[in-house]
Amino acid sequence: MKNRALISGIVFIIALSCVAAFAPLLSPYDPAAINQDNLLSAPSSAHLLGTDSLGRDLLSRIIYGARISLSVGLVAVGIATLIGLSIGCLAGFYAGFLDMLLMRLVDVMLCFPTFYLILAVTAIAGPSVFNIMLIIGLTSWMGVARLVRAEILSLKEREFIQAATAIGATHFRIILRHLIPNALTPILVNATLGVSAAILIESGLSFLGLGVQPPTASWGNILIESKSTLGVAWWITVFPGLSILITILGFNIFAEGLKKEIG
Amino acid sequence: MITYLAKRLIAIIPLLLGITLISFFVIRMAPGKPVMLQQSLNPKISLEEIKRLEKLEGMDKPLLVQYKNWLWNMLRFNFGRSISDGRLVVDKIMERLSVTLTINILSLLFLFLFAIPIGVKAALKANTAFGHITTFLTFLFFAAPTFWLALLAMQLFCIQLKWLPISGITSLDFEYLSWWGKLADLSRHLVLPVIVSSIGGIAGLSRYMRSGMLEALSQPYIYTARSKGLSEKLVVYKHALRNALLPLVTIVGLSIPGLLGGSIIFESIFSIPGIGKLFYEAAMMRDINLIMAEVVLVAILTMLGNLIADISYAYVDPRIRYKK
Repeated sequence: MKNRALISGIVFIIALSCVAAFAPLLSPYDPAAINQDNLLSAPSSAHLLGTDSLGRDLLSRIIYGARISLSVGLVAVGIATLIGLSIGCLAGFYAGFLDMLLMRLVDVMLCFPTFYLILAVTAIAGPSVFNIMLIIGLTSWMGVARLVRAEILSLKEREFIQAATAIGATHFRIILRHLIPNALTPILVNATLGVSAAILIESGLSFLGLGVQPPTASWGNILIESKSTLGVAWWITVFPGLSILITILGFNIFAEGLKKEIG
Repeated sequence: MITYLAKRLIAIIPLLLGITLISFFVIRMAPGKPVMLQQSLNPKISLEEIKRLEKLEGMDKPLLVQYKNWLWNMLRFNFGRSISDGRLVVDKIMERLSVTLTINILSLLFLFLFAIPIGVKAALKANTAFGHITTFLTFLFFAAPTFWLALLAMQLFCIQLKWLPISGITSLDFEYLSWWGKLADLSRHLVLPVIVSSIGGIAGLSRYMRSGMLEALSQPYIYTARSKGLSEKLVVYKHALRNALLPLVTIVGLSIPGLLGGSIIFESIFSIPGIGKLFYEAAMMRDINLIMAEVVLVAILTMLGNLIADISYAYVDPRIRYKK
């Protein structure tokens, strides 16, 4: 039984990470280098994906954009998973009043118009990569929290947990060493889909001008220009969007493969 | 049913309180004050002037007091004035609400109209070429950023083929058109935004529908239905489909924040004067009163959607009604 989805997902994620890590070596030009003689030139052998309205090489900008997307996706999901994990563990392990309180908080957050809040906060606090990671992380932990809570509720009555309690393991140890490792795969699936969602949010924000700020290249903010170059320079619209699409596809395929692993 | 309804209605109050509390504090505590905008626009403004402006907006008081005042005003439907042009926030939202609601309701209709048949067909033909192609396509569209699809669609239909107008919701000569002309003009403007904003949802929902249908078809009651000699049509559409449709109701409730969030991007791309674009402008201007009012509005719409979903669920599935 081979799990093709899992393998292609892993290969893709490794490839994308390499692109992001070795961006300076891979990109043919400096992504911020303005070239007045080469404005909006179509894809050619010199500029494989063409240039933008400032004459910057699109391929280089997309390669550097991978860094932004990947780091926003991973850090935001890292934050969300950490919060979700803690809240889910607390709620599941110490049922009762605390559980009720935390789950109502989850309900509130699920009714929350998150994109509206994200937009308002980045506009007021000022858009920066760090702010975006933080605010996406802070508004997307609810799924993990519910998942972890449900897993822990079903795990904690099992014999191996009772055994751990019997030999005097502390609550902290039981949660960290026995409960979380057993709930790891569904958490990972959730986190992978979370990376896709975070990358989408970041690109949307950057497209609206409230995300990553130029001259730093992100797939979303390259697309800002596509509104004014529609019909003039198709490459500016097509390639950054395609990069987002392929990346999300890669992470979703990986998640699909993981789901198959669980059965 | 009435007790169920009452319970659900009462549950909205703490939810709304929680949402307003969180957004009020997050937005107020974010570094960078709204008054700073006026300050940054006018370099000559003095410190006393800033203090005076802050006092005027009640922003010199402690946050909790401000929240209490704001909440009290909200109950009387008073969200204050917009910082950018001094008009009443409620007026500004009301005149733009219908456009956004129309587009989103049409998108939801589209969602059902396409997602259910696609999902059912894909499940029934799971191991044929059609099944594989739809699975692939839905997976692909599910991953595509919708604002990019909007840009591509604009490029194709508005610029290359020149079939559709590129922005706004009405043409310049809208006033002079006949009733039918107006309707035709509106539909020409709305067709792209509505279709594009429902594409991602259609892909997601039909995937969901497909797995729900496959699941339902493997249940024991389907064997029973088949073994007592019911026609395949009856088995599929009466027994399997009705059960597979149940969870769909909840999904729609959950998709409302996404749709309304998407409105921000769509309305900006297509220059549609709805509350999404209004919110974007408010955020850019740091127009706090307007921002808060819209957050509350969208939260209420979301909860309303969830409520309708829950009620319909209870209506179609009596088990929910009688559960405590």
